[in-house]
Amino acid sequence: MKYWRTPLDVDRVKIPNGEVHILPERCKGCGFCVEYCPKDILVLSEEFNSKGYHPPLVTDGSLCVHCQLCEMLCPEFAIFCVLKEEGMAHAS
Amino acid sequence: MQADPSGVLTGAHYLDGDKACAEGALAAGCRFVAGYPITPSTEVAERIAERFPFVGGFFIQMEDEIASMAAILGASWTGVKSMTVTSGPGFSLMMENIGLGVMLETPCVIVNVQRGGPSTGLPTLPGQADIMQARWGSHGDYEIIAVCPNSPQECFDLTIKAFNLSEKYRVPVFVMMDECVGHMTEKVVIPPAEQIAIENRRYTDKKPGEYKPYEYGEDLIPAMAKAGDGHAFHVTGLTHDKQGYPVMDWVTQEECVHRLIRKIEKHTEDIIITEEENMKDAEVVVVSYGITSRVALRAVQLAEEKKINHIGRLRLQTIWPFPEQRIRDLAGKVKAIIVPEMNYGQLVLEVERCAAGKCRVISIPHGGGTVHQPEKILQGIEEAYQ
Amino acid sequence: MKVQEMDPVTKPKRQRKIEPYIEHPLESWLRMDRIPHIWCSTCGIGTAVTCFIEAVKKTGIPREDISVVSGIGCSGRIAGYIKMDSFHTTHGRAIPFAVGVKLGNPKLKVVVFSGDGDLTAIGGNHFIHNARRNMDITVLCINNFIYAMTGGQLAPTTPPTAVATTAPYGNYENPFNLPALAASCGAVYVARWTALHVRRLTTSISEALQKKGFSFVEIICPCTTLYARKNKLGTGLDLMRFYHDNAEICNGADPHDVDIAFQSKIKVGKFVDIDKPSYLDGYNSYMQKKFGDKFKPYGVENGKK
Repeated sequence: MKYWRTPLDVDRVKIPNGEVHILPERCKGCGFCVEYCPKDILVLSEEFNSKGYHPPLVTDGSLCVHCQLCEMLCPEFAIFCVLKEEGMAHAS
Repeated sequence: MQADPSGVLTGAHYLDGDKACAEGALAAGCRFVAGYPITPSTEVAERIAERFPFVGGFFIQMEDEIASMAAILGASWTGVKSMTVTSGPGFSLMMENIGLGVMLETPCVIVNVQRGGPSTGLPTLPGQADIMQARWGSHGDYEIIAVCPNSPQECFDLTIKAFNLSEKYRVPVFVMMDECVGHMTEKVVIPPAEQIAIENRRYTDKKPGEYKPYEYGEDLIPAMAKAGDGHAFHVTGLTHDKQGYPVMDWVTQEECVHRLIRKIEKHTEDIIITEEENMKDAEVVVVSYGITSRVALRAVQLAEEKKINHIGRLRLQTIWPFPEQRIRDLAGKVKAIIVPEMNYGQLVLEVERCAAGKCRVISIPHGGGTVHQPEKILQGIEEAYQ
Repeated sequence: MKVQEMDPVTKPKRQRKIEPYIEHPLESWLRMDRIPHIWCSTCGIGTAVTCFIEAVKKTGIPREDISVVSGIGCSGRIAGYIKMDSFHTTHGRAIPFAVGVKLGNPKLKVVVFSGDGDLTAIGGNHFIHNARRNMDITVLCINNFIYAMTGGQLAPTTPPTAVATTAPYGNYENPFNLPALAASCGAVYVARWTALHVRRLTTSISEALQKKGFSFVEIICPCTTLYARKNKLGTGLDLMRFYHDNAEICNGADPHDVDIAFQSKIKVGKFVDIDKPSYLDGYNSYMQKKFGDKFKPYGVENGKK
């Protein structure tokens, strides 16, 4: 993460990292998760599920900060995020 | 089971039909009433409002009859015996939710103190013209039970019976009083609680997760659960399967709706209560219900004074389900069946249907507003002998 | 996952690998035998249900103490998917049914989860009276500005000039301002959020659940198949983008100032949060003052029923 000024608690606050799990068969391709992921790590895949929708796809799991917005926004209970580790998500 | 003594006002009282009905509800264990004032039923709610706070019950005057009916269904699903009271116009309003009560198989009692109709009609005068509406008022196919008291004492007794039937068969039961019986004051004897038999709904003994709200056995009556027990059941007014989930196809419609009908049809012997007098060698039978039965009694007395004997009397205490088999049997044996009613001919249609032409059926209609003149019924009896 | 390029003439045979079953954290709260639900792609109701379940988890209220009552409509189907004692009742009568449940067993937490038409059109009378009584129920109103389930008819919340099947040339009626309606009838907690404001909505629902009295949360949800399509607003995702750009958080605003016009700014927030004795509390204290020990408070003793 690039800081224009180093925060005073940079050594104490840990940015969480999450692991996104997708249930592609439940997805209806609404795109809410893709649109509102703050780290832009989700895209709609080119694949189809059996209903013909494009489920999402995680492009770079290491960037996920476990904000769980995808989990909360999803109307289909098709995506959720599990806390992986407390630590720097990634330092630039 | 015995009645809960806290609600039983044991003793001999001088009460009108409405108040006796309220006491009957209390004795039966009713502890939730939601109502809306409408003449001539208001006194039932007023009596309940006075008594409930001191027996652990709750009365709420809802914003309209529709809300009253919905509220008693909700309360019944928490395990509380519930009742609402109304008259003709309110009865019409309640119809949609009565259908919901039938579909959800919710035990509840609806008291209709009938008045002159249609529409606003004669608010302070009697009528018996809601008989067919009690049976067919809501849309769709279904069966219900309706009782018809003819005295304040019977208002007490039959209200208890109504609660027992509704709990046993998980169906809304109607107490079809009329303004005359409702506002008539007579001696009402309320026995001690140990002598009052009440029935309670059958709860499931299945564990949460195994319980299916509409799974049934031989008697076609599913076991009930109540909200808060942890069964996490789902019930819906949509046509549903045994799990309670909506399944919309004709097969489920047949299974779900037909069972509601068969559930009552199968048990008519247990449900139907009639009172018969002088039926042994009867040549003519007077079939009546409610206040009209008392006028019919007078008419028969007048006929016997005129030396016309062999007049039987069949009084229906339950009007729905209709005692079809009894009428079919009678029709083959008697000359005529006389049906005096305070309407322009409603239950007589059932009598005619069941008699199937085997005997004469003479209707003695009356628009309501007052009871029949006994002479009018006498005329009908005399006509039967011509 | 590899991105496959599809040759239009010779489409490769799909190799579907068997996915191991992964369980979504909310599955124990849902009737999984009925998922996927009937709501359309980009419908916001699913999001509202997710927020509701998260809010219930947050409050820690035991699941068996909660009863959910719905009416009829797309929002009315909510009761069918939540794994609690749930009732799918008649159109507009969810609130009085819920009142019966609450008064039958005051220990229960009763939630009415229904739609704008169900609650404020046909159910309007019950809405205003039970807000007036400050009945202790939580009413969550999914406002999608239309009657979606039956094909897109006019709702009392449909903004002026919007098109509906029963207003094919545009709506010329004045719509309801639901927070104002609830507040003026006496609700003790009134909030409005959109389906996009997931975290604030969850907090609001959990506050509403814990509030004693009539609490009302309006949840503005995108309706893609009817409202958006008939008014050429795109899909539910486009409506969510619209909420993103046009929702203003105005906590504490006067509920009478938060009207919604067609594609206008939407003021969201917690508008009313006051304390008043609930219906049963009022009844019990009144009767106790009048009768003293002769009166036993209703619904207060343990082990009721």
